[in-house]
Amino acid sequence: MPTVELRFSAQPEHVRTARLVAAAVARRAGVDEAVLDEVRLAVGEACSRAVGLHRSHDITAPVTVVLIEEEKAFSIEVGDAVPGPGDNTSLPGRFRGAGGGPETDADSEDEMGLAVISGLVDDVEVRSATDGGVIRMSWPTTPAVVAP
Amino acid sequence: MDLSLSTRNVSGPGGDRTVVEVGGEIDVYTAPKLREQLVELVNDGSYHLVVDMEGVDFLDSTGLGVLVGGLKRVRAHEGSLRLVCNQERILKIFRITGLTKVFPIHTTVDEAVAATD
Repeated sequence: MPTVELRFSAQPEHVRTARLVAAAVARRAGVDEAVLDEVRLAVGEACSRAVGLHRSHDITAPVTVVLIEEEKAFSIEVGDAVPGPGDNTSLPGRFRGAGGGPETDADSEDEMGLAVISGLVDDVEVRSATDGGVIRMSWPTTPAVVAP
Repeated sequence: MDLSLSTRNVSGPGGDRTVVEVGGEIDVYTAPKLREQLVELVNDGSYHLVVDMEGVDFLDSTGLGVLVGGLKRVRAHEGSLRLVCNQERILKIFRITGLTKVFPIHTTVDEAVAATD
């Protein structure tokens, strides 16, 4: 199970790097060329969201991106370090519930990002634990051809 | 690739239009620059905008948010914000978020400038 792991400080300028790395690893893993745009966009959305969460919660820990090459699938896990209730509630909900305040721009951007991810990726799972949240996305891969 | 922005004024049948030509990537890092540009135009009295996205390589939800914000601002002045886009991968993002119902999307700048409805 070859894996590439990326950790970056929660700065918007690093999200592009994460997109490029994810697309490169996905291509190598055998994700269809036509789907690479979706991988790039989905991982960008997940990372932007994580960066926003870290910044709004003053968290200095890095955002993590794990790219997992499996036999018939390619998975990406984008992790944030924002503590949730640990009961797998949906992520936007946990923050609005915790803050008790009205919906902010950050909330709606967060939801727009998740809307794009769920519109793009068939196989997506959003988890929340006391030590942070994870968005896991998977795509099928075609059998590897000989790499150039 | 970074974001590039240029603006020009064009006369249409409905009056003056400001064409904002956007190139490169609109994401969480570059979107604030586009937001500033749109805010500045509205503050300067340009309420009818045509955003030409033909040179855009990448657009994410942050960029969508900026465009929606721009639309809100021009509408406050009874203005308009039209998009020019033919790229399938960019159009797809507008479709999956339902924003094709919110933005008039044209195939050419001329068509967007000529639109008066």
